[in-house]
Amino acid sequence: MTSIDYRAELAKAGANIDSRWAKLRFLARRYPLGAAGAVIMAVCVFAAVFANFITVYDPLSTNAALSLARPSAQHWLGCDFMGRDVYSRIVYGARISLAVGLGATGLGITCGVVIGLTSGYLGGWIDLAAQRLIDILQSLPLLVMALLMTASLGPSLRNTIIAISIALVPSSARVVRANTLSLREQPFVESAKAIGMSELRIAFRHVLPNTLAPLIVLATAQFGATILIEAALSFLGLGVPEPHPSWGRMLSESAAEYVRTAPWLVIFPGLAISFVVFGTNLFGDALRDILDPRQRS
Amino acid sequence: MGPYLVRRFGLMLLTLFGISVIIFVMLRIAPGNIADILFDAAGFVDQAEKAQIMKDLGLDKPIPVQYASWIGGLLQGDLGFSYVTDRPAIQEILPRIPITAKIAGLALTFAAVIGIPLGVISAVKQNTRLDYILRVLSLSALSMPAFWLGLLVLMGFVGFFGTIPIYSDAPQSFGAALVMYCVPAAVVGFRSQALILRLTRSSMLEVLRQDYIRTARSKGASEKVVNYRHALKNAVLPVVTVLGLEAAFLMGGLVVVETVFNIPGVARFLVEAIRWRDYPIVQNLIMYIAIIVVVVNFTVDMLYAALDPRIKYSD
Repeated sequence: MTSIDYRAELAKAGANIDSRWAKLRFLARRYPLGAAGAVIMAVCVFAAVFANFITVYDPLSTNAALSLARPSAQHWLGCDFMGRDVYSRIVYGARISLAVGLGATGLGITCGVVIGLTSGYLGGWIDLAAQRLIDILQSLPLLVMALLMTASLGPSLRNTIIAISIALVPSSARVVRANTLSLREQPFVESAKAIGMSELRIAFRHVLPNTLAPLIVLATAQFGATILIEAALSFLGLGVPEPHPSWGRMLSESAAEYVRTAPWLVIFPGLAISFVVFGTNLFGDALRDILDPRQRS
Repeated sequence: MGPYLVRRFGLMLLTLFGISVIIFVMLRIAPGNIADILFDAAGFVDQAEKAQIMKDLGLDKPIPVQYASWIGGLLQGDLGFSYVTDRPAIQEILPRIPITAKIAGLALTFAAVIGIPLGVISAVKQNTRLDYILRVLSLSALSMPAFWLGLLVLMGFVGFFGTIPIYSDAPQSFGAALVMYCVPAAVVGFRSQALILRLTRSSMLEVLRQDYIRTARSKGASEKVVNYRHALKNAVLPVVTVLGLEAAFLMGGLVVVETVFNIPGVARFLVEAIRWRDYPIVQNLIMYIAIIVVVVNFTVDMLYAALDPRIKYSD
């Protein structure tokens, strides 16, 4: 695998434009589904950042009189069994999903980069040991690995982020290692060595920036997966605990009872999860097409 | 092939050893052992009694001894006792395996039967409206949490039939058994079929560009023969591989779907054991999942060479 010259791809497609906005407009026209994904992600970020301004009710305040209240003009998406406003909880829930998504993806990719870069660049016994570690971590499905980690660490927002990030390490380590193996043979690495640069400096200053494109594609795909795992863990009661308004927690096991009596408690949080993950998947697909044309679908 | 096989087998054993250590260590660093939990629940602490429980459970021995005793038992089929029910773990786990295996088998069948033909159609009709619809639908399936889909299905049952499918050990009719297993299996397999669809599509597109396909067309072969007799045969190989790997990785979906449909399978049992901190059960179940994944990986790797004569493994 070599570094990807996506600028050349864009130039070939007629995007010889200097202005950043013009480039964005060009890409949005060329990849409308990806642009739709970016808009969905932007909506999620907006909801998370401005949750205080776009909601009226406190997501944690309970009101017995409003228990299982139907959607109405006052409570657009109804209320849960404790009388908490579902719309407010979904908007504030975006913060949890974003925190877990960014935190777990960031932590998982950082660890993966360090392992992949050192093992691919230094080779030898370090590479062998790192490869075995990755094999071991990959021998469990993502959710089962996250379940094992939460069983060990206990349910909390911080532990959920750590648990999911560990499960994400192998894929990024593999991507970075594969890229590093081919990059370390490139003439620019030899030149850097010739002028006396240290191995560590070459790895992080010269090799790493050239592996960024596939890493960004992977991070986007993992972001969606992270939100789904957090939702599943919280649904099972092993992720983000109450009273945090996590989307998965809102759909916890008792949701099966509300299927008959309060379907709004089932429909809306699930829609929020699917909508955001769909957005990241659309965006990720387009990003992959732009940054890595060889994998174009 | 011989030396490669031996090396690959050795690595498989090494991986299993590594994951067993990780599982064991992770569950030992968990806050509070079972003796603490039992005493927390009882609300009083008699140190002598607590020490006796720890001795009975072997928790007073050094960690390496505890590990060796677990692995030794595992190799002889002795999985220890469930802390919660006080029954042999094997008696708790064994009756649940067929339930989960049936759902997993049906889910894979669903994924292959729906995913492969739709993938072929999507590739053959590339860049048409149908292709776009199938691509968006498959991406939606990948974006939907399996437990939410399960809840929506339950909602549909309530809306149409006024009831939800309830698991029973002895279903009253073949139809009831079919609904009981097929509905959760379809929910679990829904994500996999989307994955298979996308993979079949990209694999078909790659094959359809090959010279031999052009040759088949120039000989006058019909589109149907070109697509199904020539292209699909070669395109399906990576799909079969992924299907094999998905079989091992279905556990994630099964965990939540068994919970939604209240099915007493292995996957739901794992979640219950984690909640109760029944570590002998958690440790053994996760180890078994790892064994299945690693062995399936190994088998798929070996089958790859057998199925595709172009692939030759060397040392």
